[in-house]
Formats: sequence, structure tokens, C-alpha cells
Amino acid sequence: MTANGKPKFAMYWAAACGGCEIAVLNIHEKILDVDANFDVVFWPVAMDAKYKDVEAMPDQSITLCLFNGAIRNSENRHIAELLRRKSKILVAFGSCACEGGFPALSNLTTREETLRTAFSTVSTDNPQNLRPQPNYTVPEGELDIPHMYSVVRPLDQAVPVDYYMPGCPPESEQIAAVVELVIKALKGEATLPAAGSVIGAGHSTVCDECTRTRNEKKITGFTRIQDFRPDPALCLLEQGILCNGPATRNGCTARCPMAGVPCVGCYGPTDGARDFGGRLMSAVASVIDSTDPQEIERILDQIPDPVGSFYHTNLAGSLLQASKPTWEEDQHAAHHD
Amino acid sequence: MTEAFEPVIIGFTCNWCSYRAADLAGTARVKYAPNVRLIRLMCSGRLDPTFVLKALASGADGVMITGCHPGECHYLEQNYKAMRRYHLLKRMLAQMGVEPGRVKLVWASAAEGVRLAGEITKLVEEVRALGPLNWPTAGVAAALPAKPAALEVPA
Ligand code: SF4
Ligand code: SF4
Ligand code: FES
Repeated sequence: MTANGKPKFAMYWAAACGGCEIAVLNIHEKILDVDANFDVVFWPVAMDAKYKDVEAMPDQSITLCLFNGAIRNSENRHIAELLRRKSKILVAFGSCACEGGFPALSNLTTREETLRTAFSTVSTDNPQNLRPQPNYTVPEGELDIPHMYSVVRPLDQAVPVDYYMPGCPPESEQIAAVVELVIKALKGEATLPAAGSVIGAGHSTVCDECTRTRNEKKITGFTRIQDFRPDPALCLLEQGILCNGPATRNGCTARCPMAGVPCVGCYGPTDGARDFGGRLMSAVASVIDSTDPQEIERILDQIPDPVGSFYHTNLAGSLLQASKPTWEEDQHAAHHD
Repeated sequence: MTEAFEPVIIGFTCNWCSYRAADLAGTARVKYAPNVRLIRLMCSGRLDPTFVLKALASGADGVMITGCHPGECHYLEQNYKAMRRYHLLKRMLAQMGVEPGRVKLVWASAAEGVRLAGEITKLVEEVRALGPLNWPTAGVAAALPAKPAALEVPA
């Protein structure tokens, strides 16, 4: 507690796109409750604060810290460790902090290849093929920039996490509900769930909340929404569109399929499922309508990027986590800083 | 490493066919490679691809999935599901850098003890030729607890 008696609140973005921050601001007037009930001490997007200010805070002095973004570089990891030390409740906020998010799909390729794509492809004007240098000397002194790891990790592979709040980004109504719950708990009017719980989400699947009509699913081929005019009322998967709803935790009111686009699985695996893609493979393979290996192969050919589709936001949190060549590269690099 | 590499193979068997085939191979004293650890399921249709991922992530070098011959599954069509999952899973593994030869699907009836033993020995040799998988999450994957249940916060 601070001089004004309010518990402290922090929010941080690691390897993130900024969507989680917008989602928090999107809770509209409830944001005033955050301000009324918390003393916002660190939130780089919303206020000016320096890392050294956080370093100066006593351990465990931040009551609630929403940490979004994955662990992509040494700075992300350093701040994750710092905020873990300083916070009582550390929430892995959003798909990237929970399971690596889509940035983790770069775990399928090497660090060098990722850098090449970012700095040396046709859309980049970089004739000298320059790359970020970890250290650089300027007249004012020595500059260091963070080291980029070769694999993206979720927050809980860097530090212990108290709660997981999935979504890309988490739905604003869910954020508001969770903030309200924490406020109530601080006043002794509610109890917080067991440590390690998933919060701000449901227990079943996106399909459960989706009101599209379902019949017996029998898929004879895969297609995409840009290639034909899907029936607006029929289950997308039944129409051959790879929809991740069957394996995805509910909590978003099935926003994407209800709007006509397939679910990519941002709410992560449901209760009891250890591996999102494993569960989804199980579900999708069951409804392919063929018993002939060659025909099955032909149908599967219509999924151009299997890992990208079945682990769209979940690769770093999956059982295999990354591809082997990338991990091997990582063994040499990541653990040395 | 100076010791010869002995691959670890996890074999998933169906209660009604391949498990009995393995049993038959045992009672008939048919020799096969001791590298395989058999796990009995009621049917190949019970095989969640997660089982295979967990085996590979936890240190197995290869996985054998077995079941009743097409048309002979005791739960009608479930072995076809297993087959489709297998085809999809192989694509997924290939994209992640796991050689497709490490995972194999074999149909074996309860009478085919000798054939199943032969298939096991063959896979062991094929995986031996590929070398150890050494997946970097071994240990981590096995130890990871499942996340506790979600708390539904009414929005
Ligand atoms: S598969 Fe997709 S479209 Fe079909 S019911 Fe589930 S969420 Fe809705
Ligand atoms: S429908 Fe799927 S992708 Fe869309 S918000 Fe919900 S969980 Fe995320
Ligand atoms: S009962 Fe053997 S595969 Fe289904």
C-alpha cells in the first residue's frame, strides 16, 4: 500500500502488439474504478515510469500486475523477473503471455531467418544488410540493446505465474469482471481462485457459445472464407473452413465465428487439455469424411500451413514448444545472459 | 557418447487386436526388440495425438500406433479416425522438424503376433538409423502439471 492507502497496479508489455493494452482501455468507464481503487505505479503505455523506479520498490509491493506479451528477448525476461519479485499477483495476460501467441510461430524458423525477414527482404530498404548490434559505442558511451532469443516463450517459462487470462486480446467484459473481482477480494467481499487458475474465461468450448447450426460434420475438403461465399448460419467447419472452435476455451462469446471468420483459438485449450493442437487435430481428423489413405492425404493437402493453423496462438505453450533446429540454436544463445 | 544408441519406442496398442498380438508373440516366445514400451488402450480411436506429442516431448525416440485392421475395429469406425489423426499428425511433426519415420501406424489382428514382432523390430532399426530424437523439452514436458480449472467470472 502506498501513502494514499491504495493497492498498487502495474501493467507491462513484453513481446506484444499493443492489442492487450487497448483491450484494457476498452473497459470504458470501468477504467475509472481501476484508478479509484488502485495506485497505478507502472504502465509504460499509459504513463511515464522508468525501470529504475520499479527496481526501487519494495518486493511484493505491487498488488496486481497484468503482464502481456511473450518472452522474446533478454529485456522481456529481465522485466518479467523484476515484476515477479515486485508483485503479489502476477497475471499472464493475453495469448502471448499465456502460450506465446502468434509471435511464437517464429519458433518454427531460426533466429537468423527471422532477422533476415525483418531486415533484408524486398520491402526493407537496407542495402548494407545491417543488423541490430548488441553493443555499440557512441561518443556518449557504450550502448547495449537486448539480446533476441531464438525461441519465443510464454511468461511461465520465465517466472512462476499466479493466473492466466487468455485471449488475443482478452475480451474487455472479462477484463472488467476480473478487475471487479480483485477489487472485491481486496475488500474481503470475494475470494480469489486457486493459484494457477485460468481467469476471465469459461470451462467449455467456443462451439458451445457459437449459435451456428450444426449437423453431423463430414468434411470432404478444406477451403477458406475468401474463396467462396459461406452460408451465414451454418457451422464453418462443416463448410470446410478450418475453425478452431472445437478445441478452444470459451469466454469470448464466440465472436469470430459469429462474425463469419473462423476461430483461431486465442482463448487456448479447454480444461484438461494439455496441448491445444493435439486436441484440435483429434477433433478435425474425426470429421474428415474418408477412409482411404490417399484421399485423406489429398484432403490434408488443402491445409497449407498445419502448425500455423493448429497452433496459431499456442505453439510456445504446447508440448513440443518449438522446432528442434531452433531449440538447438537456442541452447547456445539464450541461457547465457 | 560411447554406448550404442538404444532407441526408446512407445507403442500404443488396442485391447482387442494388437495388444493380444503382442501377448501372443510373448507366449509363443517370438523374439522382438526390447526397446518398445507398450501401452494398452481400449481401441486405437482412443489415441489422442497429444499422447504421441507427450511421448516425443518426454524422451521417446519413436512411437508406434497400432490397431485392428480397417473394417475390423470393435467400435466400428474408430480405427479410421486413428488413421486420419495419424496422417494429420505426421504433417504437423514434419513441420516441427521431427522426421516422419519416427511415428508409424501398424494394423495387427490378434493372430498376427509374429508380424507385429517383426514390425516392432523393423521400427526399432529404422529409428536407430535416425539417431536419438533428444527433444529439448524432455523432462520439462513430463513434469508440467496441467493447469487447474478455470474460474468463470460472469461478465
Ligand atoms: S466449429 Fe466454429 S463455426 Fe462450427 S460451431 Fe464451432 S465455433 Fe461455431
Ligand atoms: S472466436 Fe476464437 S479467435 Fe475469436 S476471440 Fe474467441 S477464442 Fe479468440
Ligand atoms: S477396437 Fe481395435 S482399433 Fe478399435
